[in-house]
Amino acid sequence: MERRLIYLDNNSTTPCDPRVVDAMVPYFYEKHGNAASRSHHFGWEAEDAVDYAREQVAKLIGADEKEIIFTSGATESDNLAVKGVFEMYAKKGNHIITAETEHKAILDACKHIEKMGGEVTYLKVQEDGLVSLSDLEAAIKPNTILVSLMWANNETGVIQPMREIAQICEKHGVLFHSDATQAVGKIPTLPREIGIHLMSFTAHKMYGPKGVGALYVSRKSPRVKVTAQIDGGGHERGMRSGTLNVPGIVGFGKAAELARLEMAQDAERISKLRDKLEAKLTELEETKVNGNINSRMPHVSNISFKHVEGEGLMMTFNQQVAVSSGSACTSASLEPSYVLVSMGLGDDLAHSSIRFSLGRFTQEEEVDQAIEAVAKGVNHMRDLSPIWEMYKEGVDLTKIEWSAH
Amino acid sequence: MAYSNKVLDHFTNPRNVGSLDKDAKNVGTGLVGAPECGDVMRLQIEVDEATGVIRDAKFKTFGCGSAIASSSLATEWLKGKKLDEAIAIDNMEIVEELALPPVKIHCSVLAEDAIKAAIKDYQQKNGVVVDSAAESTQA
Repeated sequence: MERRLIYLDNNSTTPCDPRVVDAMVPYFYEKHGNAASRSHHFGWEAEDAVDYAREQVAKLIGADEKEIIFTSGATESDNLAVKGVFEMYAKKGNHIITAETEHKAILDACKHIEKMGGEVTYLKVQEDGLVSLSDLEAAIKPNTILVSLMWANNETGVIQPMREIAQICEKHGVLFHSDATQAVGKIPTLPREIGIHLMSFTAHKMYGPKGVGALYVSRKSPRVKVTAQIDGGGHERGMRSGTLNVPGIVGFGKAAELARLEMAQDAERISKLRDKLEAKLTELEETKVNGNINSRMPHVSNISFKHVEGEGLMMTFNQQVAVSSGSACTSASLEPSYVLVSMGLGDDLAHSSIRFSLGRFTQEEEVDQAIEAVAKGVNHMRDLSPIWEMYKEGVDLTKIEWSAH
Repeated sequence: MAYSNKVLDHFTNPRNVGSLDKDAKNVGTGLVGAPECGDVMRLQIEVDEATGVIRDAKFKTFGCGSAIASSSLATEWLKGKKLDEAIAIDNMEIVEELALPPVKIHCSVLAEDAIKAAIKDYQQKNGVVVDSAAESTQA
């Protein structure tokens, strides 16, 4: 019997919704114009399509169309937000606050800021993955220009207290940027209502195509400006030059429209499946769910299976189920997840963690099959694990003098 | 990164998984690596005291597919070897046999360390004083 590989790695990327692809196709063929061509029908047609898509994207996040800057994806949006604010507000200050558990796009952009003479504070997070609001407030200084904290974490799904963070930023007159890549399209994300001034997100985490994203930039109270990082023809109100990716933007617009209409029912269905997966897998001995389960995305579960190494475990079932260990961006390296380590998990538990991320197309029978395959894999790997045997014999593993290598 | 067929074979059907009596005089145990590093190997040998030949070998490994395959292969190679032949096993032989990619070479190094640690443990139990290069944790 041919069996489809079960995809539980939707935080890496989501498959395109077929309705998104259908909407895009004409813009590769007969409607192939450049949205910046003002002199003929093809250009007008492309411009109209981009306008409609921009409206849909804006509607999803409760913004004005003029507040949407299209980019190549969330990494570019993050770079534009961090570096663009740093340059634009250089006269006001040079200090940025972020957290250790941010995506590399933010962390590496902040490293760049430090090289440019800026100052960055990397907040630690608490055991449940949340930043401490008092730590945040204490870190704000007279030269602080920006706080950049993600809406939902890619590895654990933990949702930061956006409203409270926004209030602190408001109180101190500091701009607030959020990398909302994992949240937009899956839970309500309304930057204006909450008090977020810049927000990054991308199409391919919400059933749209890869290669297109957006940066929300508030236009009133306050009117925020960022210095362009890509110079050229002055597209996107001068903040991001380059011929617009019309088919991609059309797909992004369709994905946003679908997300707005279907988000609530998707979230309800998917969270039930996630809860089932989590309940069944934590029936296994010595497991731990990572991150605050009361402030978490509805489709994510990050579980440590003690005394089993994550990469080896994945290999037991990767012919049936696709998941990731740590984050997809770092699992090519041998380092354990820096997100989990920042949450105070020991390196051993971080090495033992698996991220399950469900999606719009996940079916209940797939979840059932995944539970069976993963449980079987955990038991198999524990039979092979010397430290599981030692744990079972009552050996205190912390007392052993391990040879680090 | 795709695994080689040999790694997959050893991972799917690991040879010689299990434990030998670590207190037995003719058993040598090597425990190397650390949970924090994501790899722990325990390799045990049972030696025929009369001939110095390794009669049996067992392993248990906490680690990735390559670590499990490296230790599984090591137990296969150890059986029937004399101690001086066993101690000469080089990690690069494991790398070649399993076609390990560069990021997984440390798995073969760990397997070599485990072999040397097991032999050293056996020799110490039996009053043989050797100046072994392998400075690994003993169980």
